[in-house]
Amino acid sequence: MKIYQYLLAPALLVVISSAAFASSPRSQIVDFYRQQAGEDFSAERGKQLFSTRHDGGKPETPSCTTCHTSSPKNTGKTRVGKPIAPMAVSRNADRYTDLKKVEKWFRRNCRSVLGRECSPREKGDFLTFMINQ
Amino acid sequence: MKKLLLAAAIIALTPLPAMADRTSYKPSNNPTFKKECGACHMAFQPGFLPANSWELIMDDLGNHFGEDASLDDETTSLIKQYLVKKAARRVSGEPPLRITRLRWFVREHNHEVSSRAKKKAGTMSNCTSCHRGAERGYFDDD
Repeated sequence: MKIYQYLLAPALLVVISSAAFASSPRSQIVDFYRQQAGEDFSAERGKQLFSTRHDGGKPETPSCTTCHTSSPKNTGKTRVGKPIAPMAVSRNADRYTDLKKVEKWFRRNCRSVLGRECSPREKGDFLTFMINQ
Repeated sequence: MKKLLLAAAIIALTPLPAMADRTSYKPSNNPTFKKECGACHMAFQPGFLPANSWELIMDDLGNHFGEDASLDDETTSLIKQYLVKKAARRVSGEPPLRITRLRWFVREHNHEVSSRAKKKAGTMSNCTSCHRGAERGYFDDD
């Protein structure tokens, strides 16, 4: 009997923790984009997307960094002056846990900054960069 | 005791003198409006603009003063309905789009805002930078 108990506890732990990992809303969002993109994401490409000055968007917002500052760990500022919570997951655990919200801000900000919608790969790269930050 | 606390709370929360003042506006109490519009800027009091101004603004959120602020259709129409209902009376002719260009706004701010205060605020749309009670409808603390 005892031996089963010893085996059962770690086994349960593995099952529970992997279930928790798989169902994390953030990884579900990344998986959602991965399925659409059909390829792996790169934090380095996400960093590029974040830091680059883009053409094609609205002149007021040429880059993500216009509002979010050069580091995702910083508190940003909207053009009107309202603070924006840091983008980096290490500084803001609430980030990227609500797909509807994530989609809303990608739609708006990609159009503002790039003048077009972002592709699933760009979204996945961006999130991967922010999750690693 | 409970009644006493309630009475104290009511007195504390009633902005009696301010309501009579021409520079106070009823604060917005619509949670969707506050959440969505308040994400980027103060949820401006609907009474600041005429109903037909809000209609124009809400019909063009994709080009919102230099940014895409689009929302899904349901949320957009919900906020639009709320704003139009609480707005100032419709105006004839071209409705104003910027609160900061309204005649009374310009008159109130023209001479008394220091350049330091302007720099701190960043833009004239950043009410709360100087008016700390702006979101609750107080603008007399300048």
